[in-house]
Amino acid sequence: MDNPVFAEIQTHIDSAPVMLFMKGTPMFPQCGFSARVVQILKHTNIPFKSVNVLEDPEIRDGIKEFSNWPTIPQLYVKGEFIGGCDIVTEMYQSGELQSLLSDKGISQDEAA
Amino acid sequence: MGMPASEIEALIKASLPDAQITIEDLAGDNDHFAATVISEAFRGIPRVRQHQLVYAALQGRMGGELHALALQTSAPE
Repeated sequence: MDNPVFAEIQTHIDSAPVMLFMKGTPMFPQCGFSARVVQILKHTNIPFKSVNVLEDPEIRDGIKEFSNWPTIPQLYVKGEFIGGCDIVTEMYQSGELQSLLSDKGISQDEAA
Repeated sequence: MGMPASEIEALIKASLPDAQITIEDLAGDNDHFAATVISEAFRGIPRVRQHQLVYAALQGRMGGELHALALQTSAPE
């Protein structure tokens, strides 16, 4: 039942406090929804890592099952699945995203 | 490509019968929608779970034939 790609996905998630699975790269997003989440993360001045799912079809398919979430982008903070584009946008607008990040001990200063 | 808004609404209604649903076809192409779903089922559960309930109602169409559905969910006031 356990998909072998899950371990690889988990390794990515564990490799950074803020991890974004996206289409394209932060410099060249290849989907409007991924681009929006990148923009929000840049606005919050939070350092993050990303995985380009377009480069790895197994991760692209596997992550949907891993998180029980049908779409990409997907944002993880300290190993916890936070949501996709709509949720991240809503949380950013309400200030919840910023408080979540500081609650988790991820400070903007680390970006410097 | 895509599916009509009425079909999306019917699928959500089928698993969340009390839901108040508003769907907007953003581009007029049956492929880019924004939906607001209000249901008692969402009370007290995190947003990720709320959206997962809606995705479950859509039975795998989200991310497949339904490319873009911007979702806003909440419990009734």
